[in-house]
Amino acid sequence: MSTIAPELVIPKPRELTTKPRFSDKVFRAVVTAGGLSSLVILGLIAIFLSYRGYEVLRQEGFNFLTSSDWTITVDDAGTVTDSHFGIAAMLVGTILCSLVAVVIALPVSVFSALFLNFYAPGWLKKILVTVIDTMAAFPSILFGIWGFLVLMPSVEYWAKLLNHYLGWLPFFKLHPYVVTRSPFVAGVVLAIMIIPIITSVSREIFSQAPLDRIQAAYALGATRWAMIKAVVIPHGKSGVIGGAMLGLGRAMGETVAVFTVLNIVFQVNWQVLLGAGGNVASLIILKFGEASPYEIKALMAAGLVLFLLTLIVNAIADLIVKGTGKSGR
Amino acid sequence: MTTVSTPAPTRPWQASNKEKFRDFLLFLVSIAASYGVVAITPMKGKLAYFILFFAFYMALTAGLQYFKRGSAAAKDAFVNSLVAIGAVVTVIPIASIIATVIIKGSKGLHRGLLTTDMSLAAPTDPITNGGLLHAITGTLTLVVLALIMSIPIGILTALYLTEIQGSLTRPIQFLVQAMSGVPSIVAGLFILSAVLYPITKAYSGLMGSLALTILMIPTVARTSQEVLKLIPNDLREAGVALGGTQWRTVAMIVVPAARSGLVTAVILGIARIAGETAPILLLTGGGDKVNPNAFNGPIGSLPYYIWKSFAAGSPEAITRAWAGLLVLMVLVLILFTLARLLGTRKVAR
Repeated sequence: MSTIAPELVIPKPRELTTKPRFSDKVFRAVVTAGGLSSLVILGLIAIFLSYRGYEVLRQEGFNFLTSSDWTITVDDAGTVTDSHFGIAAMLVGTILCSLVAVVIALPVSVFSALFLNFYAPGWLKKILVTVIDTMAAFPSILFGIWGFLVLMPSVEYWAKLLNHYLGWLPFFKLHPYVVTRSPFVAGVVLAIMIIPIITSVSREIFSQAPLDRIQAAYALGATRWAMIKAVVIPHGKSGVIGGAMLGLGRAMGETVAVFTVLNIVFQVNWQVLLGAGGNVASLIILKFGEASPYEIKALMAAGLVLFLLTLIVNAIADLIVKGTGKSGR
Repeated sequence: MTTVSTPAPTRPWQASNKEKFRDFLLFLVSIAASYGVVAITPMKGKLAYFILFFAFYMALTAGLQYFKRGSAAAKDAFVNSLVAIGAVVTVIPIASIIATVIIKGSKGLHRGLLTTDMSLAAPTDPITNGGLLHAITGTLTLVVLALIMSIPIGILTALYLTEIQGSLTRPIQFLVQAMSGVPSIVAGLFILSAVLYPITKAYSGLMGSLALTILMIPTVARTSQEVLKLIPNDLREAGVALGGTQWRTVAMIVVPAARSGLVTAVILGIARIAGETAPILLLTGGGDKVNPNAFNGPIGSLPYYIWKSFAAGSPEAITRAWAGLLVLMVLVLILFTLARLLGTRKVAR
């Protein structure tokens, strides 16, 4: 007698694969295309601005950055007979205004970020954070018009005070005594615009300070300030600098708020309090309305310089902020 | 039977009533002292009151702490006042801006403001002539067009950064960050050079909204990315474990779970671009009549209206500018409140 061994049915092994399905391939392609859009847009901006500005950049050469002459002569037929384009005064003005803004805004923002994180009671913190975040979203034209009509008289008075009492310091010297619409005024308006930005970046960084070390400092009997000095500031230092750079980038690219309060003069001026300044973005708005096609090309070249400048500042800021997020955790 | 008596809980770290009273007294003394100094010295003005008050308060609190608990406590009290100054200086401009816009803007409000346009009125006319209709419809047109273009790109970028995580994640993260720093005027110039001059050769709403799209994409992308990061990985794994492809997992699980956060991202993007002025000045031409066609002809908008009225300079025109600013500010505040309300609702778990 023999039993028939049951036939062994070995199922064929299912094919295991990590190969994505067709729908996933399409999905990934579409999302990647969307993700690459930022690269494409930034690339196109650089290409088109340099393409349009190329003629002027080639004609002016390095003078475009070092001279501050902005003249164009057109004869009756509309052909350009003579032109000089240089944005040195505007570049100096841009840097001056935004430096003033950061110098004013940085201490204020750091103090208020410390206040929000370590001093304010919970309910006050909630209200202030909402208010400051909202302010960061206010349109720049609001700051511009408010700055011109409300703030400017006070700031000019402060400028006179600074010159009167601190005039012996080299950067508060004022040779022709003109304080109206100076880079200082523009800097104060910009400072008010970037305080919310630097405050919220610093607040983020400070709130990441390691809790165990904070508590250790308190347990060792530190006062609040001693704790901040020993734990929070070493942890957040470079992040705050990165936040300040972000603010600097924002201040450099600001157009309308500066244009309303600044007196634009085509002459390099390093005096903070003197009522003669420049700003690349404001130059573009100022000259755009009446510009001939050739002058528009010069404005495009100026825009390219501004674009590269803010890109570099933002890139440095980004690297610094990223670098601190991870350390100390 | 013994009764166990529990001691009443104490909070030794909290300020006692006596200390609170003392601090309040110091506060009053500082105010009085600053008034006194302003009265007897040539220093005048709000600035003098402000600086003197804080100087006195700092000196008094730090001095008191120095005699009570030594130099470390004195430094602490000093910094205490310093950070309070920081917060006050941050808040003063906000309060001033909001108060000024409400006070001056309310003078420019009238019944026809939202129903008439400026086609039959000049900025220097009496305030009751003309209104904001063209500006509001124009801003709405610009924003809607910008939304249509920037929502897909922004959210796809965020999805790439959170869901795909290919080798390009880091560079794209960096580029999105860099893009958020592009000055608005540069975005305007770019559209001018790449689209307006070579192709359309005329101002239109579309040109303005293209520039606004460039400015809005990074805001939408970065906020959406933050939201998508909060979606717990369990959800994605559950989707894949049930046999879903990545496409279906993202489309049917991840994005619906993040819905309210994504709406917040879009609202924040609108708040970012609603008041953007510089590219609008370059690209839209700013008409005074309601223009329903975004693809043809100049189109007015709130920032352009404010700018034009401000530039006209007469008292009536300035009042118009303030009224426009009031409408714009209320719009931004409403959008921001909406974003807050949606954002505080927790992401679905």
